[in-house]
Amino acid sequence: MIASIPQSRAFPRTYLAYVTVFFVFLMAPLLVVAVFSLNDSLFPSLPWQGFTLDWFLADTPERTGLFHDKRIMASIGVSLIVASCVAVLSVLLAISNAFLFERQSFRGKSLLYSLMLVPLVIPGVILGISVLAFGSNVANGLEDNYGIDLEFLRPGLTMVILGQFSFISTICTLVISARLRKFDIQLEEAALNLGASRFDVFRTITLPWLRPAIIGSVIVAFLMSFENFNTTLVLVGSDAPLTITMFDRMREGSTPVLNAVSLLLMVASGGLALLSIFVQRKQPGRG
Amino acid sequence: MSLTERWLSGKRVALFLLLMPLLLYLFFLILLPHLEILNISLRERVSYGVYEFSLGNYQAFFTEPLYWRTFLRTAVMSVLTTAITLVVAFPIAWYIAKVAQGKSRSVLFLACLIPFWVSELVRTYGWMILLRETGVISSLLQTLGLVDGPVEMLYNDVTVMVGLVYTSMLFMVVPLVSTLDGLDDSLVEAAYDLGGNGWHALKEVVIPYAMPGIVSGCIVVFMLTLGNYLTPTLLGGKDSLWFTEQIFTQFITRFNWEQGSAFGILLLVLSSLMVWLGLKLSRQSFTEAMGR
Repeated sequence: MIASIPQSRAFPRTYLAYVTVFFVFLMAPLLVVAVFSLNDSLFPSLPWQGFTLDWFLADTPERTGLFHDKRIMASIGVSLIVASCVAVLSVLLAISNAFLFERQSFRGKSLLYSLMLVPLVIPGVILGISVLAFGSNVANGLEDNYGIDLEFLRPGLTMVILGQFSFISTICTLVISARLRKFDIQLEEAALNLGASRFDVFRTITLPWLRPAIIGSVIVAFLMSFENFNTTLVLVGSDAPLTITMFDRMREGSTPVLNAVSLLLMVASGGLALLSIFVQRKQPGRG
Repeated sequence: MSLTERWLSGKRVALFLLLMPLLLYLFFLILLPHLEILNISLRERVSYGVYEFSLGNYQAFFTEPLYWRTFLRTAVMSVLTTAITLVVAFPIAWYIAKVAQGKSRSVLFLACLIPFWVSELVRTYGWMILLRETGVISSLLQTLGLVDGPVEMLYNDVTVMVGLVYTSMLFMVVPLVSTLDGLDDSLVEAAYDLGGNGWHALKEVVIPYAMPGIVSGCIVVFMLTLGNYLTPTLLGGKDSLWFTEQIFTQFITRFNWEQGSAFGILLLVLSSLMVWLGLKLSRQSFTEAMGR
């Protein structure tokens, strides 16, 4: 607190208590999910029956652990593929957009910038249904008029990737643009004066400067794609990503396997998040 | 070709190459798809493969009480969620920006980010384990002898609200912390020196200063709540009546894309209206509020 301001003695204590309660509130759901994945019981609920790794490793008629659950393992694979594609596509578009908005000047730039931001305020479900409807329309048109059947425009992984890409790329654009804005253009000019080619300058000066932001947005895009549900639900075909499989399971009734997947997700995404923070920290000339 | 001309044409090519991906993306993934659902929402199926222009889908929305009540309910609950999230998050953001020092400051900030990195499905699942009839809180209450039998805390509006506030928290805390960070302590001190009390300082100095952060936080939280599906369905059960659920039902269960598209357009209109209102009231531009 700002030290010079008079305040009653009870205030800091109440305040601290509030902050503590808040963080308990924040952590409680995650904590119970993690704890019950290690409970030796058929249901994720109290009482505590003792520690076990069965829900990860077991392969008995009664208990199928996470690593032997074929459907869940397959959907983790699907999610990994989708998330990688979305991350690569989003970051490529984001780099191009960053150079467009930070380095070029042209008529209609601010309008285009606003349009680029629009996907941020469109609910995910609407992005999903609009991409679905448009894809089907194009596919039907091609089939009726030319007899061409473009399978990828029907619900399926390509559509899931496109749907997620439509809003994740905007977030990546914001991250990479912010970094490019802080770049000192004189560095490039100096290199050009010293005889470097445009490509060399980009490769040896500009790209290394952008690297932390690029790695950071790859991670953000990957995680956002991995956990996306709303856009994915309408566009999904026969191969279900993890969130969809988990949702179906959850409606059937919960088993500790779901807790095990959740713990795995927490550890993996927590690790990636820490990595992204570490990368951002290390970036030179931050401020 | 003179040097300047060559330079100019090189510049042109670069501009063109950089514009192309964005234009293709905006055209094929944003603009055309949304025009497509607008188009679908304005037609009616006459027979197999034959469609006719009609406002019937919108008419159905206004005449069927279930539809428009769900819509209103979703809107009101989203506004309420946004307000509660702001009130709960503000002291936390203040604590992180102004009270906590050094290391504890970044630890607290990180702790706010953690739930965001975990899938919403996992977070909601955590609340289900805590709150259901056989859940942790029910068991604890029984063990402590505070209640006689199991207590069901799922499937009511309060629980849905708690879940929504929880899920939105981060999107309010982050913009608030980043604006409050820039507030000069001496401004608050000046308010006190001029004879104001804590309330005056908050109302006249802190809140006006934090307005940009408040607005962008509120817009994002409102949008996410309005478009949420998992939290209301899983915590609210079958009768949660959330508008996105109606859209999914029309598209996935009933294959009535016409009605579903009309609902989608209505939701889009509502959300655009609220964003516009928020920006108007706070006199901010869209790019400022979103770029944060």
